[in-house]
Amino acid sequence: MQMLKQLLGWVDDRFPLTATWKEHLSEYYAPKNFNFWYFFGSLALLVLVLQLVTGIFLTMHYKPDASLNAAGVPVAFASVEYIMRDVDWGWLIRYLHATGASMFFVVVYLHMFRGLIYGSYQKPRELIWIFGCFIYVALMAEAFMGYLLPWGQMSFWGAQVIVNLFTAIPFVGEEIGIWIRGDYVISDATLTRFFAFHVAAVPLVLLGLVVMHLVALHEVGSNNPDGVEIKKLKDPVTHIPLDGIPFHPYYTVKDILGVAVFLIVFSVIMFFTPEMGGYFLEANNFVPADPFKTPQHIAPLWYFTAYYSILRAVPPMFDSQFPGVIAMGMAIVVLFLLPWLDKSPVKSIRYRGPIYKWALTLFIVSFLILSYLGTLSTTSGRTLVAQICSVIYFAFFILMPWYTRMDKTKPEPERVTA
Amino acid sequence: MIKKIIFAALLCLPVVAMASSEGYKLDEFKPNVEDKLSLQRGARVFVNYCVNCHSASYMRYSRLQDLGLTEKQIVDNLMVTGEKPVETMTAALRPADAEAWFGVAPPDLTVIARAKEQGPNWLYTYLRTFYRDPSRPTGWNNLVFTNVGMPHALWELQGERVAHYRTEKGHDGKEAHVFDRFETTRPGKMSAAEYDATVKDLVNYLVYMGEPAQTKRKITGIFVIFFLVGLTVLAYYLKKEFWKDIH
Repeated sequence: MQMLKQLLGWVDDRFPLTATWKEHLSEYYAPKNFNFWYFFGSLALLVLVLQLVTGIFLTMHYKPDASLNAAGVPVAFASVEYIMRDVDWGWLIRYLHATGASMFFVVVYLHMFRGLIYGSYQKPRELIWIFGCFIYVALMAEAFMGYLLPWGQMSFWGAQVIVNLFTAIPFVGEEIGIWIRGDYVISDATLTRFFAFHVAAVPLVLLGLVVMHLVALHEVGSNNPDGVEIKKLKDPVTHIPLDGIPFHPYYTVKDILGVAVFLIVFSVIMFFTPEMGGYFLEANNFVPADPFKTPQHIAPLWYFTAYYSILRAVPPMFDSQFPGVIAMGMAIVVLFLLPWLDKSPVKSIRYRGPIYKWALTLFIVSFLILSYLGTLSTTSGRTLVAQICSVIYFAFFILMPWYTRMDKTKPEPERVTA
Repeated sequence: MIKKIIFAALLCLPVVAMASSEGYKLDEFKPNVEDKLSLQRGARVFVNYCVNCHSASYMRYSRLQDLGLTEKQIVDNLMVTGEKPVETMTAALRPADAEAWFGVAPPDLTVIARAKEQGPNWLYTYLRTFYRDPSRPTGWNNLVFTNVGMPHALWELQGERVAHYRTEKGHDGKEAHVFDRFETTRPGKMSAAEYDATVKDLVNYLVYMGEPAQTKRKITGIFVIFFLVGLTVLAYYLKKEFWKDIH
């Protein structure tokens, strides 16, 4: 014990180990009233680690190669089946990674929803929200490029459709498309560069952003379901916030409970229905990519379908898809502006008025309907619904400065409520 | 109120499940990959009738030990062209030749049961709805896969049939040509019931081959979930113990 203490002292003289532990865990004071919605931050971190670890093991056996093997199958596609069959526990690693990708978005969407209902993006937490939005964008890039790697029909044609969006940009679109693909069509050149981005470049960016997200969070402190600042009322002697409790051990033990329950849900999906009815693994992606055979129905995986719906809802103008692409891009850009669009004097939905509650409800319902429609092929009726929902999506943000000002809020309490 | 609306909207979403593509209504088949005898019979049909033209290039013969067979039994009964047991199931027909002769290379069948929505139902119906059609180059057509390139590989078991059509008025008032019934013109080696059973075995095998680890996956899952439930209980009481002084 004495030896360990000496060792710790030796390290602390050279590296702020104890200080860091205290600052971010044992003496980081979090509000004591976190509820269910506050599990999803730590769960996102868990899934990130899961994806990194399973991803490393997958790269040991996966081959990013679109050429055909002796049996006439693309090497990349065959290598995934090799993992599923011939690598010990390979099926488990692959399913963890594939299910993990979808669950990452489930967790992140719930985490973002938490931010919306409790106003966690409001002053002074604007940067936390901005970093979070960048994480979301990086995650989309990561998922999109990862989905090409199994080199199935949906991998190929999904990538084809998305990269073609860039070619809709006037004047320079064609060139940008070729620059992204490294070829005139999705090909081996695209597969190898997407692999490089998926396993090295984007994960590095993601990790960096997660660190910034957390550093910014710990600088200003966590929000809570009441949206009141716990740092306003501190114990006069210890200077500890009256409503704060040390993250460790209180929230570490609480998060272990969250992790256990989450892993049960995760396991039920992964072990008993890894395809999740075609939403996590699509049937068509068990057919090797065939550049000469366009599938009847091309749809991205469920986590992109809301934006895909917005894209399809905008009619082509001047023979160009570009307006739809702009709308899709704006749907994501507008998220970044949220801290400055919300003019409400209160943060939490608990003290907001009826207008905001209705606006948020309409927004969430529209987002879900858009997501659902994006998995289907279009009909004129569905397009009309998608157009209405797209308008609601944007109206939620664009009209926010007015309706949040008009809304009749309730007074916030001094202290957090139980 | 708002919570209820969100909840109701959420409930409505998945109701319209993925509809299958247009065309012939599929017969239902529930595979059972625990039935090893069925898988063995299916494997035999597969190597006798399918592997001539189709490969299963991710499936090693030795893996058939999953079905309760010894390596010697596999070599003696299921391997006909002198491969080694560790080799994968490769078609005698070369893809290039097949493309020249049939216009399309026969697809690899290893994961075919996963490659279609409702894969088992599709395969079960497809393999039972071939009929004679002199207008096709192969002399065969199919109800599920119209103008299919493949001839009826199992015809000597099922026999030869022709399809009769009738005209029917649809909802829109237009007259449509719809399938009415099959007529057997030359009986096969098997009765209709025997043939159905054989196709079930074959599809069962294809489902197994699509993911040989699926039985192990489910068993592992049960253990993992039991462990996690135990962990949840411990974590719950640990949390409660730590939090009892927080008010």
